Amino acid sequence: MGVRLILAAILSVAAAAPAWSEPLAVTEIAPGIFVHQGVIAEPAPDNRGDTANIGFIVGGSGVAVIDTGGTPDLGRRLRETIASRTDKPPVVVINTHMHPDHVFGNAAFDGVPVVGHANLRDALAARIEVYQRRLADELGAEAAAGIAPVRVDRPVGEEVRIDLGDRVIVLTAHPTAHTNNDLTVFDRQTGTLFAGDLLFLDHLPAVDGSAVGWLRVIDALGRIPAVRAVPGHGPPAVDWPGALDPERRYLNTLVEGVRRVLKAGGSIQEAVAHVAKDEQDRWLLFDEYNPRNVTATFAELEWE
Amino acid sequence: MTGHPMRKLSLGGFLMMLSMPALAAGDAAEDAARWDLLRDMYFKDRPVEEAGNRMRIDAPARAHDAALVPVRVEVDPSLRLKSLSLLVDKNPVPLAATFRYGPASAGSTIETRLRVNEYTNLHAVGETQDGRLLMTQAFVKAAGGCSAPALKDPQEAMARLGRIKVKLPETAGAGSAADAQLLISHPNASGLQFDQVSRTYIPAHYIQSITIRIGGQTVLEADTDISISEDPNLRFSFIPVEGGSLEVTAQDTKGATFTRTVPLAAGGG
Repeated sequence: MGVRLILAAILSVAAAAPAWSEPLAVTEIAPGIFVHQGVIAEPAPDNRGDTANIGFIVGGSGVAVIDTGGTPDLGRRLRETIASRTDKPPVVVINTHMHPDHVFGNAAFDGVPVVGHANLRDALAARIEVYQRRLADELGAEAAAGIAPVRVDRPVGEEVRIDLGDRVIVLTAHPTAHTNNDLTVFDRQTGTLFAGDLLFLDHLPAVDGSAVGWLRVIDALGRIPAVRAVPGHGPPAVDWPGALDPERRYLNTLVEGVRRVLKAGGSIQEAVAHVAKDEQDRWLLFDEYNPRNVTATFAELEWE
Repeated sequence: MTGHPMRKLSLGGFLMMLSMPALAAGDAAEDAARWDLLRDMYFKDRPVEEAGNRMRIDAPARAHDAALVPVRVEVDPSLRLKSLSLLVDKNPVPLAATFRYGPASAGSTIETRLRVNEYTNLHAVGETQDGRLLMTQAFVKAAGGCSAPALKDPQEAMARLGRIKVKLPETAGAGSAADAQLLISHPNASGLQFDQVSRTYIPAHYIQSITIRIGGQTVLEADTDISISEDPNLRFSFIPVEGGSLEVTAQDTKGATFTRTVPLAAGGG
């Protein structure tokens, strides 16, 4: 380990980049469930693209990896962390949705089957080149190199159960909400729900699917008998279902605000200037995401 | 309508635009050179005057979604244009749309939504009744709009394809100007969106013409291209006719025709 760190340090000096190969810090939020908390920020050199919560569930015979991080390097570090916590091998990579901060670490899990929503493959295929280019802009070409091509070995249409060895996890595909390919993972043994980006805390929710659809999915999610959840962005573990309240309030404010502007015959620009402004101090990244959410929701609700 | 100031962009011109080297954003000299080239290409030797305060482009300085940039061309009510062309200088097909105004138009101000591929100037060129060309411009910071996979829910979008919605004011008194909004549900595929699974570009498939009439009189005719966002959207003004209906016809590049007729009294649809 010491030798490796020194070697990494030498290499990183040579490459004028920070040492990237230390394992990721994780918290064991319930027996056999580990979560790495991403920072709440846009991907940038100072956070190395480490902006999403990712984790793994250890069963009797294998490990389920739930999201892999925003770069191949984060995926490799996650894999090292798994090896340091258990001798069980990763047997499945589950992607909760298409966004790059959750899937670009898949490159480190070559040979491990990838499971995702039935829409994941097409949705990611349509976007991966744009995502890759954006990551290169944000972190540099080196960090964005080696991203794996789209691969979904087992698409989930509704619900799939996976036995990790005396530990069954339930994967549920949801209708269009945060994206059109949101998938949650429920560990029955501990009552833990990996909600992916269907659950945001602290980080303003980002609408890349349907705000109205998301509110409907929130109602359905609230009926899942979990005791805790892992949000895609926010603390590593939160109480369930109370943790849904802030995002439900924001999305309701967004939808109602846009509907009011539409009813008054207002424009997108007017909606962007006014809708959900009273939510501004309650979230991080509000200015980065609220204008986009309003724009997307305006275009969605025009067809109501 | 006659007096269309545009020539359709030749294939040679199109390829030349595509192969022009990408230079650093914000380079004013390069932006000016680009506009000189476009002006020659689209308007030949005709002089193009600065519109001054008679025309103005209202667009966000920094776009929130490059595939859906709301743009309004404000035209002074005293200035009744024959046509208006909207260009996104650095897009692969710069000419987004040309609008030709008919006798039932109530003013030349137009609002639509554009795809913007990189930081660029927008130009609006109006042709006056006596054939002069007036120009105004604005700079927009946005990138990736032409190749962006904007369809958030492709299944729903395809199920809705061709649906036309017209929003009218609740009271549209005959004879006095009224504003209307037209939405056409269409992916308006740019041909520049790449699908990694099939390893192909999604074929271009977009609305190429829109005609709006009231009581048999033309309000607006538009030639539209791939710089117009998915679900093409227009705001315009017209002169209501007692007991009249607004008639919309749109055609896409696969030859499909979409129509909708909305009686004014209905006030929406």
